[in-house]
Amino acid sequence: MGDHSHGSPENSGTVAKADDVAQDRFPDPGLPPHRPRLADRDPRAAKRHERQVALLFTISIIGTLFFFVAYFVLGHLGEMTFAELRVQNAALGLGTGFAMLGIGVGVVHWAKTLMPDHELMEMRHEISSEADRQDAVEIVDTIVEESGIKRRPLIRNTLIGAIALAPIPAVFMFRDLDRTGKNAHQMIDQMRHTMWDKGIRLTRDPSGTPIKASDVQIGSAFHVVPEGIEETENPLNEKAKAVVLLMRMDPAEMQISEGREDWNVDGIVAYSKICTHVGCPIALYEQHTHHLLCPCHQSTFDLTQECKVVFGPAGHALPQLPITVDADGYLVAQSDFHEPVGPAYWERG
Amino acid sequence: MSASNEYTPSTATGRIANFVDSRVGASGIIKEFGRKIFPDHWSFMFGEVAMYTFVLLLLSGTFLTFFFDPSMAHVVYDGSYVPMKGLGMSTAMASTMDISFDVRGGLFMRQVHHWSALLFVASLSVHMLRVFFTGAFRRPRELNWVVGGVLLIMGMAAGFTGYSLPDDLLSGNGLRIIDGVMKALPIVGTYLSMFFFGGEFPGEHVIQRLYSLHIMIVPAVIILLIVIHLFMVVTHKHTQYPGPGRTNDNVVGFPVGPVYAAKAGGFFFIVFGIVALIAGLFQINPIWNYGPYDPSPVSAGTQPDWYIGFVDGALRLMPGVLGNFSFEWNIPFPWGTNTLVLSVLLPALVPAGAIFAVMFAWPWIERWVTKDNREHHLLDRPRNAPFRTAMGMAGVTLYSVMWAAASSDLIATHFHVALNDVTYWLRALFFLGPIFAFWLTRRICLSLQRKDREIVLHGREAGIIQMSPEGAFTEKHEEIDVYKRYLLTNFVDRQYIPAEPDAAGHISGSEKRRAMISKFFFEDRVAPVTPSELEAAHAAHGHHEVEGDKADSIEK
Repeated sequence: MGDHSHGSPENSGTVAKADDVAQDRFPDPGLPPHRPRLADRDPRAAKRHERQVALLFTISIIGTLFFFVAYFVLGHLGEMTFAELRVQNAALGLGTGFAMLGIGVGVVHWAKTLMPDHELMEMRHEISSEADRQDAVEIVDTIVEESGIKRRPLIRNTLIGAIALAPIPAVFMFRDLDRTGKNAHQMIDQMRHTMWDKGIRLTRDPSGTPIKASDVQIGSAFHVVPEGIEETENPLNEKAKAVVLLMRMDPAEMQISEGREDWNVDGIVAYSKICTHVGCPIALYEQHTHHLLCPCHQSTFDLTQECKVVFGPAGHALPQLPITVDADGYLVAQSDFHEPVGPAYWERG
Repeated sequence: MSASNEYTPSTATGRIANFVDSRVGASGIIKEFGRKIFPDHWSFMFGEVAMYTFVLLLLSGTFLTFFFDPSMAHVVYDGSYVPMKGLGMSTAMASTMDISFDVRGGLFMRQVHHWSALLFVASLSVHMLRVFFTGAFRRPRELNWVVGGVLLIMGMAAGFTGYSLPDDLLSGNGLRIIDGVMKALPIVGTYLSMFFFGGEFPGEHVIQRLYSLHIMIVPAVIILLIVIHLFMVVTHKHTQYPGPGRTNDNVVGFPVGPVYAAKAGGFFFIVFGIVALIAGLFQINPIWNYGPYDPSPVSAGTQPDWYIGFVDGALRLMPGVLGNFSFEWNIPFPWGTNTLVLSVLLPALVPAGAIFAVMFAWPWIERWVTKDNREHHLLDRPRNAPFRTAMGMAGVTLYSVMWAAASSDLIATHFHVALNDVTYWLRALFFLGPIFAFWLTRRICLSLQRKDREIVLHGREAGIIQMSPEGAFTEKHEEIDVYKRYLLTNFVDRQYIPAEPDAAGHISGSEKRRAMISKFFFEDRVAPVTPSELEAAHAAHGHHEVEGDKADSIEK
């Protein structure tokens, strides 16, 4: 910046200290002089701008016509391929885009080049004058006085009470937003149960075929739903709670806590697939580290430590489903989960 | 009005105008608005973009309602998109597929609607930032600032309720996250979730309910708020940027008719055209790639629409467990153990709540600290309000860190870094970023102000190099014109106001706190150049040559 040096901060002469008072100011020179545009002086330039505006409006007309081409010629219903649909969609966009931009750019160009560009000045007005405010206060006082609400506290207090109570039914009206007809206790209780039960087979999602213990190799992972889920009244609701991840690992690598010794079948373990954070399905299994990762918020669970949380926002381990094999060698559940699946909630405990 | 002095028009236009006017009083409206002055500046267009995209949302949304069916009843898809034929899905999803593949221009309208929604919230946000950084929220416009903030929240509500309607895999997982967040609320959460979904998640009711909200109450509230907002803009008249000839008592700009109406009206078509081009050329929300909602699968790299991202990012940043300490608190009560899910509650509510609380309260906070209760119709250049600009940037940084966290997985995969490290860094930035941004922004503002001082005192660089008889090279400086000088010197010079005793001679605690904040905000400040300073600078150096032994910097 130029050739002058700066003073040191300590002895700066023009520094404004907090206790300085600025008094002298530069006077307002008023609006700068208006600079005429080319079109203001040269009629040929004005004529050129006029033609440009007309050209832009013509582009708009062409855009509209192009829209109809896209709509009727490119689009034939029913037998379109996806590629044709994309072409039509792009053509509709281009047609509409140019139809609108032609008008918009044309009008703005017209305003900027041919309409007067002298800035005008208008004075602001007081938003509400002191006199008006006094009149208003007086009117309100008169209204309050004539209504007698101050002199008759009995009327006032009962009115306040009535108005306070009146909206409460409107809140209770929404009680039946829950369409299951369950009472409060049942509503909470249903969250503790899934459709898993003793002897229910683990089946592949979505094919529904049962899984033999011998089919599950070390390192593999199966997405599992309970057998018969499609026959339930609301399969999606059941699936939202019952979906399970099935994996096999070397039993030597597993840390098994007391009471869970017989929950696995030779290292085949089943865990709820619903993240304990906010309920996304945990779709990623990294077989080298034995980590399960939720793609929504990256909660990471360690399979070797009974799906304890090792990273991310989840607050507790994934519930384990106790499994065994039935007489035919198929994997079956020993029971339901021993704790609620999915995100934590107030009544979970 | 007697017949004898009634105005008789001579032309056809005049007769029609007279007919309308004598019935609805249109001439009063034209008198008021026909030549009303609006200041002109590119940064005033963001609000217009918001309004115009909202019009586009109404137009395209109405078209979509003619074909969309919000039912969650199970159907088997039998439309034109071959890969999905025979797949089970909800009626809502199937009708969205039909809009995309079997209604001509339906896909285009869906994309216009979605892109407009993204642009609507974006332009609202940028408009709010413009208003904040220029101080346009100050008296008398505080209430309009609040209306704008509510509009932003309603815009996000409209976007969110609409996002879930197609009932595809992506939006279904979004709803599932909402279900999880709802359930985390203490005491009422579980019931709220049951009421919202009509039973357990996902149920068969939620899409219909979101649809009612999305097409009726939310847009109605938005329209009402826009009307209130514009009404207040007319009452207050628009703010204007400072400059020569522009004062706190006048409005300088173009009249509504014809210039402003042409520019603003033309701008609607420009916004429409740009949205149409984007909608034609850039695919958005391809539900046929996601498939119908199913609670089991989820695609990697899932993300919400951008404006929900900051909350999603906050959810990702929060650690659920630290060592053996879990943020899910199990609290033993006499009736049993209850769970306080802080790992979800804190990130979902606290950052967003804090940002909006400070945003809504800011006009009053600033008034309290500066003791400035005057009307302000002249905007601040952001550099001339370093404390406010710095606070705003601190907020923007906090928001951006959370927003970036919503893409933590994509950052990790695209830049080949460990996901955990990305999260650790963003956790640190969540706390340190805003502080650093505050400091840096204030330094930049003060430096820019110093540069303004320098330009006023020493003139602008002329680009002419002179050689002195001794052989030294100097660049010639030319004094700036009076208009530029007025712009650079005419700003509100806010200063530290120490605690002042009240009438009884007592300094209250809140006054002491105010003084502390005031000191923090204003102890570093750069004052505008005064005529006497300029005089002194000229006297010391002659008119055009400046070799400063005279400092023009400021420190505390």
